[in-house]
Amino acid sequence: MAYFLQLVFAGAAQGCIYALIGLGFSIIFKASQVINFAQGELLLVGTYVVASAVLNWHLPFLLALPLGLLVTIVIGLLFERLVLRRMIGRPPFTILMITIGLDIILRTLVIVGWGSRTIPAATPFAVTSGFNVAGVHLGSSDLWTIGVTIVLCAALYYFFRHTRYGLAMRATALDQEAALAMGIDVRNVYALAWGLAAAITTLGGVLLAIDSLAIDPNFGNAALVAFPAIILGGLDSVSGAVIGGVIIGLTSVLTAGYESRLPAVVGTGLHEVTPYLIMILILMIRPYGLFGSRKVERI
Amino acid sequence: MIATREPGPSRLRQELPREAEPPRLLGSLARWLWLGVGVLALLLFFSLASDDWFTIVNYCLIAAIATLALNLLSGYTGQISLGLAFFMGLGGYTAALLGGNPPAGPLDPWGLGLPVFIWLPAAGLVAALVGALIGPSALRLRGFYLGIVTLALVFIGNYLFRNLTFITGGPQGRNFPVPAFGGFSLDQQNSILGIALTSGQQYFLLILVVLLLSALFVYNLSRSRVGRAMRAVRDHEVGAAIMGVNLFEVKMGAFVLSSFLAGVAGALYVSYARYVIPDYWSLSLSIQFVAAIIIGGIADVWGSILGAAFVFALPQVIDYFSLLPPSTGGGGLSSGDLNALLYGLLIIVFLLFEPGGVIGLVRRLRPGGPRPQKLGTGASAGAAVKEGSESIEVVDLQQRLPGPGEERGSGGTGAS
Repeated sequence: MAYFLQLVFAGAAQGCIYALIGLGFSIIFKASQVINFAQGELLLVGTYVVASAVLNWHLPFLLALPLGLLVTIVIGLLFERLVLRRMIGRPPFTILMITIGLDIILRTLVIVGWGSRTIPAATPFAVTSGFNVAGVHLGSSDLWTIGVTIVLCAALYYFFRHTRYGLAMRATALDQEAALAMGIDVRNVYALAWGLAAAITTLGGVLLAIDSLAIDPNFGNAALVAFPAIILGGLDSVSGAVIGGVIIGLTSVLTAGYESRLPAVVGTGLHEVTPYLIMILILMIRPYGLFGSRKVERI
Repeated sequence: MIATREPGPSRLRQELPREAEPPRLLGSLARWLWLGVGVLALLLFFSLASDDWFTIVNYCLIAAIATLALNLLSGYTGQISLGLAFFMGLGGYTAALLGGNPPAGPLDPWGLGLPVFIWLPAAGLVAALVGALIGPSALRLRGFYLGIVTLALVFIGNYLFRNLTFITGGPQGRNFPVPAFGGFSLDQQNSILGIALTSGQQYFLLILVVLLLSALFVYNLSRSRVGRAMRAVRDHEVGAAIMGVNLFEVKMGAFVLSSFLAGVAGALYVSYARYVIPDYWSLSLSIQFVAAIIIGGIADVWGSILGAAFVFALPQVIDYFSLLPPSTGGGGLSSGDLNALLYGLLIIVFLLFEPGGVIGLVRRLRPGGPRPQKLGTGASAGAAVKEGSESIEVVDLQQRLPGPGEERGSGGTGAS
């Protein structure tokens, strides 16, 4: 039982990370109907900058983190301003491909700049820190991850419900033309969405790096695991991304924990594909995700 | 939204005759000339090139087959797929299972030792069959959703490939069969019609034949009724359905045929490489093919070949001339990195400024050539409207089929 609870705790923490990365996806998708394939590499660049700042430049972690966030926000804003804004009105295929282009560039720049070897991640905690409750070890990094996610979700909720810019973003997502007619600067909304998404995703990446202790140029693939999370919740549902993230994190960690007890036929690495299997299953039943809105095709 | 369009009737008169009559394969003198030049160039290459060049070119031609496969699905039919690596892997392991040597020890992966003319088509057929099984559920989804599900296929495939040790050899990988016809094996020097041919030259011939057949098939398909239906589905699904195109049939057809070609390409690749590990069939392989179709040219046979050459042959050529130090893992620019940077940048540049790719650029610059085929004709309008592309496409439909006596622009076009 303690083992199960331990796994649930770890799964919830990992789920929070997927939720953060997923939030990045769905904020951009909701604002501009674009799936940003480069999200994982934004996260990669951010974690590398934070790691370098702490290990090479000896900055304190709390200074390195904003630096990493700043770098990815700038990249996100530049890409939105210089590239995506010219792509408005193009088919989704084209836009997806263009974010793949950015993905390739960022990833290669990381390999050229830092090398393809594994480097230690920046962490403000000792690995063993935390405390035990009823035989379950609550690591401080996991506790922080869960805490940060909850606070951030509450802040986002407030932002989208009660602030001027949050309302502008929701209005734009609902009906772009009407938002324009009401005097909302839709371009600012796009920029805001990209900045916000880049920051939240990078935060998720830094937390994930703390959890996994080391990073390499494949670290950005973590964002690919967040895909099932957002699909599960529905691409255009922000709260769905959080719920989807937690479901994916729990199933992935639980499968990993019990994998050795499954029959040998299952083989190794099942936990890496369970998120995708669940996603496919959900899509077969509800093609628009659990909380997504069904799109009506108009001619 | 509508005002940005040029007047309809003039466009109609310019474009319809050319599109209504599919170009003939070898109709004009110019095309015969190009064929002659091509054959001559191939002959020159074949007799003069060194073994290293055959290695580079052979891999590139195999990649061209897979690029054609992706172009058929994504370029012509507009269905986003990141699952190409999965179908190539399926083809590769089918080839290994059917053509590989029978196991010597209990830990060796299985092999039936069948000849190439069985395992090569079988590789395509198995991939196509799996495509046909997955297709009905995957193709219910559209746009990004389909892209993400096909991405999931790559990961699920990787899991299967790593665990089906008796076929794939597990994470350590396995050997693959050499194409052989009876006692005639492609890994050693043979003489055909009295000419001694190296292994590279024989592979070149085999791969070239397969590539030519695939290219001819895709080209002819694209000029047919099916090809027009595919493009209609790409440009506007609802519009195509209204015009009587069976969406499911067209999408399934493209998916299955694309899987077939990918399977064949995968089998050729592994049989030329002789050894492969499951991690080779990764997402980045799929993405390289995506880069190839965009840089070369969406929905174009020559574009596929050019794109494959750019993405898959350029790093080897740079290595061949030792222009850059090899990758050491410690940072710095290696040829693979330079190439990746280049093609990442080119994807963005081409999609922004020339959606027809290199081949579109060539066609546009050539005087009197056909107009380039653009992905998403709504691009020029650039209207900042949510469902912009859709509404513009519909305007297009109405322009091409104006009702008798109907004033242009007076129809109910305010769709979105």
